[in-house]
Amino acid sequence: MKQQFPRLLVLVFGAFLLFQFFMPHEKSEWLYEYLLDWIIIIGIFALAIGIWSLIRVHVDKIKNKKIGWQYSYVTLAGLVGFIVFGFTIRNGAEWGWYFPFVLSVVGMFLMIIQAMASRAKVAMFAGLAGVFALTALLIGIFDKAFSFHFATSEGLQAYMFVHSFDFILIPIFATMFSLLAFFIASAAYRAFRARSIMATLLLLSAIIVMLRFNPYLEPVFGSYISQTSSWLMNVPNLAAQRAIVMGVGLGIVATGLKVILGIERKYMG
Amino acid sequence: MKRTSLIVFAVVCLIFVLSWVLKAGTIDGDNAIQDAFLVTLASFLTLAIMSFMYKDNAYYKFAEHLFVGVSAAYWMCVGFWSTIVGNLVPRLSEGLSEAFGVPYLGGELDFGFLTLPYPLLYFIPIILGAFLLFRLVPKVGWLSRWPLAFIVGTFAGLNLVRYLRSDFMSQISSTFVPLLVDWHGFGHFFANFSLAADGQFVAMFSNLVIFLGVVCGLIYFFFSKEHTGLFGKASRVGIWILMITFGASFGYTVMGRISLLVGRLTFLFKDWLGIIS
Repeated sequence: MKQQFPRLLVLVFGAFLLFQFFMPHEKSEWLYEYLLDWIIIIGIFALAIGIWSLIRVHVDKIKNKKIGWQYSYVTLAGLVGFIVFGFTIRNGAEWGWYFPFVLSVVGMFLMIIQAMASRAKVAMFAGLAGVFALTALLIGIFDKAFSFHFATSEGLQAYMFVHSFDFILIPIFATMFSLLAFFIASAAYRAFRARSIMATLLLLSAIIVMLRFNPYLEPVFGSYISQTSSWLMNVPNLAAQRAIVMGVGLGIVATGLKVILGIERKYMG
Repeated sequence: MKRTSLIVFAVVCLIFVLSWVLKAGTIDGDNAIQDAFLVTLASFLTLAIMSFMYKDNAYYKFAEHLFVGVSAAYWMCVGFWSTIVGNLVPRLSEGLSEAFGVPYLGGELDFGFLTLPYPLLYFIPIILGAFLLFRLVPKVGWLSRWPLAFIVGTFAGLNLVRYLRSDFMSQISSTFVPLLVDWHGFGHFFANFSLAADGQFVAMFSNLVIFLGVVCGLIYFFFSKEHTGLFGKASRVGIWILMITFGASFGYTVMGRISLLVGRLTFLFKDWLGIIS
């Protein structure tokens, strides 16, 4: 049951989806759609495990005072604060006691974490968590400026949820990726020395593609750089990408067959 | 905490508060204080990440850890609202749909010999999902293999056909392109010879490069035969083609990153400081 049943499941569902393609019947199309829905729904439970693992890792870090343990509070506070933003919505133009409420919920959560991580003063942190919980509860009950909303269209459009995404997640994400430009440039300095035909080809094609976006070269070279760059992207680049994709495709097909037939079983742990 | 770090921290806090206050004065509307705070926070986070170029520091780590927590929460909220409330609840129960304010999409799947109502069909992934949570309980952890097996099996079957078609068969068929494009004989070819991008010569040369490039690239990845003689030469051409590709991909990636950097600098100088219009 522990080993055989999961293998049977893989065989049945893998074979069904494999043969479903060759039987384009209305019923099999429906089942195909359901199975895709099921995967998404099960995936949400996997997300819950991921969140739980994140919390556990950071609690463990705080508990054992590992390197950079102080920053774990930032992660956990960000996690709880953003969840509150995602599940609450402002009712009118006033904010009321919304932000003290968010701070109370975050404070309560951090105190619970602290109580779990502490070896001493557990009662004190538990008490503080209770105080924060009570504050949040009272604000939640008596303040009518905001409420918990469970409607799809409103939940993801809550002001603080949308704005926190735009002003916290996007700036960090974009800046992290933009920094890579500097690191790539320093790596390129070492890799791009034209010592052989291959390094020269690498250097030339990179330079041509990069210069395509330079508006100051347009009056000097006309559209030659732009056309050469497009040709490089659409012809030799396409050819090599195609060779790579074919290899990857064959690899995926072989792995898929091995999984369905039960030869590959590493997913079972 | 060192004294210098404390002074730097105090200065950063002071600048943050000053920026917040000054920015709030320039924004109109009901949410001026919140908007000013968010713009200042975004600028602070941008600069905190950029400070990594100097060295790894506390401000960078703060922003990095905040990103981890916030992005986990973001995906959790999106998953809850779009998948559970948007996809699962409307098919599960009329009462639940009413509670969440979404339209109920009840119905049944009729196989002729068997009729399955939607709620029954959608309780199966909930049970499987709950089994996935058993991973946290060591004694019954083996039950979490069932949903995992379902996902792995479904994806294996799905991708097998999909990748065989898109990554293999259609790529092969697209590689076999005519090497003589718009061919009306040598006389016509030399009489109208042109190096223009849309000319006959470039079209024929491009098709030849695509065909030989794919064949030589595949030969380079074929390790069951020693790369010597004609096979070795073809393999060498394959490396050249790959090098051009890596260079082009590198250039493209760098320019993508530069455009992101320009975006961040524009935000700092325009939205935050208001220096450029």
